Amino acid sequence: MQEIVIKTNKLTKRFGDFIAADQITFDVSKGEIFGFLGANGAGKTTAMRMLCGLSLPSSGEATIAGFDIYKQTEEIKKNIGYMSQKFSLYEDLTILENIRFFGGIYGLSNAQLKYKSEELLTELGLEKEAKKLVGSLPLGWKQKLSFSVAIIHEPKIVFLDEPTGGVDPLTRRQFWDLIYKASDKGITIFVTTHYMDEAEYCNRISIMVDGKIEALDSPANLKKIFQSESMDDVFYQLARGAKRSD
Amino acid sequence: MIQVNNITKVYGKEKTLAVNDVSFSVKEGELFGLIGPDGAGKTSIFRMLTTLLLPDGGSATVNGFDIVKDFKQIRNSVGYMPGKFSLYQDLSIEENLNFFATVFNTTVEENYHLIKDIYIQIEPFKKRRAGKLSGGMKQKLALCCALIHKPTVLFLDEPTTGVDPVSRKEFWEMLKRLKAQNITIVVSTPYMDEATLCDRIALIQEGKILSIDTPAAITASYPDELIALKSEKMSALLKALNEFPKIKSVYAFGEYAHAAFQESGVTEEEIKTYLTTQQIALLEFKKIEATIEDCFIGFLKN
Repeated sequence: MQEIVIKTNKLTKRFGDFIAADQITFDVSKGEIFGFLGANGAGKTTAMRMLCGLSLPSSGEATIAGFDIYKQTEEIKKNIGYMSQKFSLYEDLTILENIRFFGGIYGLSNAQLKYKSEELLTELGLEKEAKKLVGSLPLGWKQKLSFSVAIIHEPKIVFLDEPTGGVDPLTRRQFWDLIYKASDKGITIFVTTHYMDEAEYCNRISIMVDGKIEALDSPANLKKIFQSESMDDVFYQLARGAKRSD
Repeated sequence: MIQVNNITKVYGKEKTLAVNDVSFSVKEGELFGLIGPDGAGKTSIFRMLTTLLLPDGGSATVNGFDIVKDFKQIRNSVGYMPGKFSLYQDLSIEENLNFFATVFNTTVEENYHLIKDIYIQIEPFKKRRAGKLSGGMKQKLALCCALIHKPTVLFLDEPTTGVDPVSRKEFWEMLKRLKAQNITIVVSTPYMDEATLCDRIALIQEGKILSIDTPAAITASYPDELIALKSEKMSALLKALNEFPKIKSVYAFGEYAHAAFQESGVTEEEIKTYLTTQQIALLEFKKIEATIEDCFIGFLKN
């Protein structure tokens, strides 16, 4: 029996009359790479904010890493990592300072920090650049560093919000190698992307349309169900009728 | 229509070469794509060709006009949609459009036929301020404003970045219709799959052009025979293939791994036997044609 780390039941968020997330229900297992797709404005960000403990649902239930989404939001935050397309790294701090800063925030001890920063720098091949300002790094390196920092405290789940925008295809694949490694270690990956080939790298994906989850399965099964050659086409079939855009 | 000769742009104290000796030409009525990641120099090229930035070397003409000397003529005859939304957020859709028409000494009515298809989609919201529009609507308004003075050349800087696949598809259909009206279009994008929608493309990375040709000619020039392989677990498949002694390159492409093997020859049987010993259950094995993305990765590695 696989351990479930994200469990939601009819999770809903209303803003006045507007139902941003409408009764979404799904489970994600430990170590799974779960793709969370949807058109612009479908409600992905709203759903993700709830799952991260940043926004309280209007109704429904969910547990994240075993913690209740209403009552244990602080516990949730300690057990997840988060990386957005707009980087959370400080450009005016060096690579090493960023690692120590985020590690410190996540409550790592000095000894752990020392060990973790060395491990991380070696893994990324950034030993020589450790004292350079993050602002001077190429985009691809910032993304890799940002991801590594988001999992520095070995969270149960890491949320990635369009992590690979704007980089070349080689760098994008190097980033996915990091994702696979983290998943092999048992970290659950929850990722949003507009690249449909990346959607195919996920074990399972959900597609949100107008606040609802309209499809959820492995990429191969989705293609079978929608009789499509590509994920692009599956997405198009589901989302072209969408009434909302961001 | 556009002729670029050895153009160069250098930034800052560190003399970063943003655009490094780039040359290309675009014919009248052509849909030309600059394909590359952030930092490749796409925006710098656009800004030089639209006379918003002076080159540090080389020369270029747009519509026969020199980008340095004849900047006034160029500004009158080209349309430019920057990557960052640059319309007036506090003006409504209608006001923005009227503003741009007036600045170019024309009226919305005069060139309405050019924008009609696009404008009718946002017309129901014409009193709404641009700042309050959705991403897709902003994009359509920006395109209308770039077209309203009937430009001969349209420059679109990453119009589909961050846009979902449905809106991307719609946007490219709009471009096709504009092309049918004989407007020359230069468009940049980081999405490799959009390359095949262009007549010709330049693949660009770190200020250098890697290749220029039709998408079909570029993919046909891919040097190796490519095999697509599929198994249950991509990460395990990639790892095993990377450790295969006769592997040349292997990368994930959606549900398949695209692999090229060394020319010394390797049989299908040999690969399959190897994967079996690595406990990889192969679901599919087929020869394929290279995609633009395969080519781009190939160029990056050389």
